[in-house]
Amino acid sequence: MADEHGPLHVTGEVLATKKAGAYRLLTIAAPGIPQRFRAGNFVAVSVDGGRLARRPLWIHRVKEAGAFGATLDVVVNAVGPGTTWLAQRPVGARLEVTGPLGRPFALPREPVACVLVGEGHSAAPLFPLAERLRQRGCAVTLVVAGPDEAGLLSALEARRSARAVTVITGDGSVGVRGDVATHIESVLERADADVVYAGGPLPMLRAVAAAAERRGAWSQVALETPMPCATGLCQGCPVPVVSYDGVSRVVRGCVDGPVVRGDRVDWDSLR
Amino acid sequence: MSRQPGPVMVASGCGGTGRELAAYAELVGLDFVTRSITLDPRPGGPALRIAESPSGLVNAIGLQNPGLEHFLATELPWLVRAGAHVFVSIAGGSMGEYADLARRLGRAPGVAGIEINLGAPHQVGEGLFDVREPYHAASVVAAVRREFPANLPVLAKLRPDLTRVVEGARGAVDAGASAVVVGNSIPAAMPDGRPGGLSGPAIGPVSLRCLVEVVSALDHVAVIGAGGVSSVEDARRLLDLGASAVQIGTALLHDPTTVARVRAALTREEDPL
Ligand SMILES: Cc1cc2nc3c(=O)[nH]c(=O)nc-3n(C[C@H](O)[C@H](O)[C@H](O)COP(=O)(O)OP(=O)(O)OC[C@H]3O[C@@H](n4cnc5c(N)ncnc54)[C@H](O)[C@@H]3O)c2cc1C
Ligand SMILES: Cc1cc2nc3c(=O)[nH]c(=O)nc-3n(C[C@H](O)[C@H](O)[C@H](O)COP(=O)(O)O)c2cc1C
Ligand code: FES
Repeated sequence: MADEHGPLHVTGEVLATKKAGAYRLLTIAAPGIPQRFRAGNFVAVSVDGGRLARRPLWIHRVKEAGAFGATLDVVVNAVGPGTTWLAQRPVGARLEVTGPLGRPFALPREPVACVLVGEGHSAAPLFPLAERLRQRGCAVTLVVAGPDEAGLLSALEARRSARAVTVITGDGSVGVRGDVATHIESVLERADADVVYAGGPLPMLRAVAAAAERRGAWSQVALETPMPCATGLCQGCPVPVVSYDGVSRVVRGCVDGPVVRGDRVDWDSLR
Repeated sequence: MSRQPGPVMVASGCGGTGRELAAYAELVGLDFVTRSITLDPRPGGPALRIAESPSGLVNAIGLQNPGLEHFLATELPWLVRAGAHVFVSIAGGSMGEYADLARRLGRAPGVAGIEINLGAPHQVGEGLFDVREPYHAASVVAAVRREFPANLPVLAKLRPDLTRVVEGARGAVDAGASAVVVGNSIPAAMPDGRPGGLSGPAIGPVSLRCLVEVVSALDHVAVIGAGGVSSVEDARRLLDLGASAVQIGTALLHDPTTVARVRAALTREEDPL
């Protein structure tokens, strides 16, 4: 039965909802889940309309005790029917929530220089990670990227948890213009990065992992590929990886990931 | 004959390795059907493996599994230690492979029974023995029955194809199956046209029709109902119409507590206070 660390399946309640640029920030009471959270974990949420697959969402922030007990925040980017429905949930709405799920970010043992790169909503898991790393004495550089200003996640808050912040927008409305792939090399150089963490679209993750590898830095990427059950039951979330000895395997993104070592992903086969 | 499974079982391919399900369901005494195990490891198909369809899922997992040896060394002992009643689902590339799988599973400690996957919706072309013809399916059942200990049940899992299911069930029982499972996911296509199988509430009425036909055509045969069961009411309906047990698959992917809830409700009915 459910142990102290395993995931829980609960009926949660939306406590607050607010616009955050192009996204919706939902605060959810989901009893027991915040207490078990580690940075890089996600929750799976059910949506309506006979849609059976779960919707995975990063846990962006937890509050272990507030007026409503422990709560968690998720960032919703409305891209399709499920996420649009979620973004419209009013205060008081009930949600079926399972979590915390997935393998979290691994933390370095030593206080090393870390660069955290997040694009769009996928920057969500990096904020609690930055907090943890800072507590451990790591020098944290945060890179927040998005198509435009509205697509940047919590750039203000970023300045609180990081020593240095780089903002990249596709249209150049704030920060430097361009994409992560063109700027990552110089950011890693400046930060003298030992460890790189990234969340974002697959081509961006691949570029960051490659840049880290060229420097001899260790990278962890937070993959967003379809995860129909998100709980490890269905094998519907294949992630092709190559292990140390060069042997290819297919692992499950939801339980063996979604955070994986960037140098282990077989990027050519990943879709 | 050892205990027959039921009233609730975890359907093949929908309970992970068991470890993942343990967070949401008590495994002690739970009838757990493993994902289909083949002699050699199979990496499974490419992404996208599962697509949504109204009230259903279409899957093209491609029977990803670690192969018999790895299964016997790691997953089976874990499940047995956890207290589950383990029904090992098997799929083979030839009659010889089915026999081999049955022989080796018969010697493995803790196996409660075998379920023969006779209904994968897209077996041909995946290197699996073509068991779409009821005659072939019956030969596979006979080969497995011959190699597997006589005191342990062999379940024959049939495809819910209304035109063949009664003939298939009769053939399987005549060949020695202890029970038939009706049925499996239904042949369908992924959005890009690749073969897949449709499951979930969308197929419930189709599975129910097949179940009713088999139950009324065959006397004294245990018929396990599967397909679209997602609530206590669904399970009860199948049991009332003559199913000896029900299997739950897709519903677990949507809510991993489904099996625990349905099992608790049905167990309460079985032993009234
Ligand atoms: C580990 C993880 C964490 C995520 N965290 C967030 C987050 O914090 N905020 C956020 O807005 N989004 C997040 N996503 C992406 C989000 O889950 C998808 O955008 C969402 O499932 C799409 O559902 P839909 O019905 O709106 O869109 P549709 O495109 O209609 O979805 C159709 C189907 O495909 C699946 N799917 C489509 N795109 C994706 C995708 N990129 N990733 C996973 N499944 C997909 C859906 O789950 C659904 O089953 C995350 C994904 C993963 C895997
Ligand atoms: C993701 C997934 C994987 C499955 N894998 C197997 C399998 O390995 N072997 C098998 O016999 N059936 C497999 N099935 C079929 C189910 O066991 C079940 O028979 C079918 O989905 C109908 O029941 P349901 O509607 O409750 O899911 C799978 C189904 C799904 C959705
Ligand atoms: S999404 Fe079902 S096993 Fe990963």
